[in-house]
Amino acid sequence: MSVAAHLPVTRRGRVLGSVAAGAVWLAAYQLNEHLWGWLLFDTLGLDPASRLGQSVHFFVYDTVKIGLLLVLVIFVVTFLRSFMSVERTRALLGGRREGVGNVLAAGLGVVTPFCSCSAVPAFIGFVAAGVPLGVTFSFLIASPMVNEVAIGLLLTLFGWEVTVVYVGAGLLVATTAGWVIGRLRLERWVEPFVFETRLHGEVVDPAAGLTFEDRVSLSAAEVGTVLRRIWPYLLVGIGVGALIHGWVPTDFFTTYAGPGSAFGVLVAVVVAVPLYSNAAGVMPMVQALYDKGLPMGTLLAFMMAVVALSLPELILLRRVLKPPLLAVFVGVVAGGIVAVGYLFNALLAA
Amino acid sequence: MIIKVLGPGCANCRNLEKATRQALADLGLDATLEKVTDYPTIAGYGVMSTPALVVDERVLLSGRVPKAEEVRALLTTAAV
Repeated sequence: MSVAAHLPVTRRGRVLGSVAAGAVWLAAYQLNEHLWGWLLFDTLGLDPASRLGQSVHFFVYDTVKIGLLLVLVIFVVTFLRSFMSVERTRALLGGRREGVGNVLAAGLGVVTPFCSCSAVPAFIGFVAAGVPLGVTFSFLIASPMVNEVAIGLLLTLFGWEVTVVYVGAGLLVATTAGWVIGRLRLERWVEPFVFETRLHGEVVDPAAGLTFEDRVSLSAAEVGTVLRRIWPYLLVGIGVGALIHGWVPTDFFTTYAGPGSAFGVLVAVVVAVPLYSNAAGVMPMVQALYDKGLPMGTLLAFMMAVVALSLPELILLRRVLKPPLLAVFVGVVAGGIVAVGYLFNALLAA
Repeated sequence: MIIKVLGPGCANCRNLEKATRQALADLGLDATLEKVTDYPTIAGYGVMSTPALVVDERVLLSGRVPKAEEVRALLTTAAV
């Protein structure tokens, strides 16, 4: 990309360049806040009180807003994460005791760049290097759950308090579930080849030797890659959200699945697992559901279950975990998520 | 020169393969290019982040997709 050739090389130039980029972004964001009301209602004559008017406004406004926030969050998070790597995480985790190791692994899962296609080599690499099984699981649970798309969308749709709660809850589930699985001593249900793998390569650390230009360029590339991958899901999610927004009666869910409901959280988690979706497809819908009365604890549980227990991820893990261990994994993580859901419903209702 | 691209087949792995083929064509180097998708083999190289580029059994790069220029530079050094 020729962009990299034109980046400022002095520290002052880079700071100024970043500030300028931020200002442009902020201007676009502010424009989005006001553009659609003027365009749709004042100019084109749509009725703001009508279902069609509300749905259309929701759709265009949210699409642009989410797009802008995702660009920002993916770029910044990828840039920061480029200083970290799975290889460095493994070095930090090797030989740690459980307990402390679980907490550390979950935390590192948040800051380490991780592609789900690397889940299997990463798992093998951790175990072969002597990282305890439970600690490895804490990393594998935290990483997909606290991904930059989820964070970006949560910030956009719900604000930073909910985002902090989500991340905190995710870390809690990752730490505890990993620790519990570790305590159960289920090594016999890991595919044997994992323990037999002899590491005979030299470790190449992707984070080493990157220049500023490299980091900007790979962050920009990541924005493109992620957006290209998720935009259909995003549009569907926003579309469904728009429909819910316009057509489902307000407080619809309070009657059936409100904070007092015993089954709401369970149903949410069970529905989430086979849902072949990701954070992008689900969160716009979640915001609309929240506006219609579904409690935040239930929604948090739903979102976590969609990303942590996604069917594609489970299919990948089947390569290294035998079915009983896979079942325990799903059970313990689901259990943790359900517990978090009920806990937050109770806390927020109090 | 035996070149291997390690990766299970996601978009990044395909892009690395494309960049490598492009670099080979640009350099006019004679080399075999192999795709390795078998997880135990990949892990055996010590690779934890795919995709990865292996030349003559040495891991030159892992965890990201470099541009064709960077692959060219890596291959040129390796060919020496």
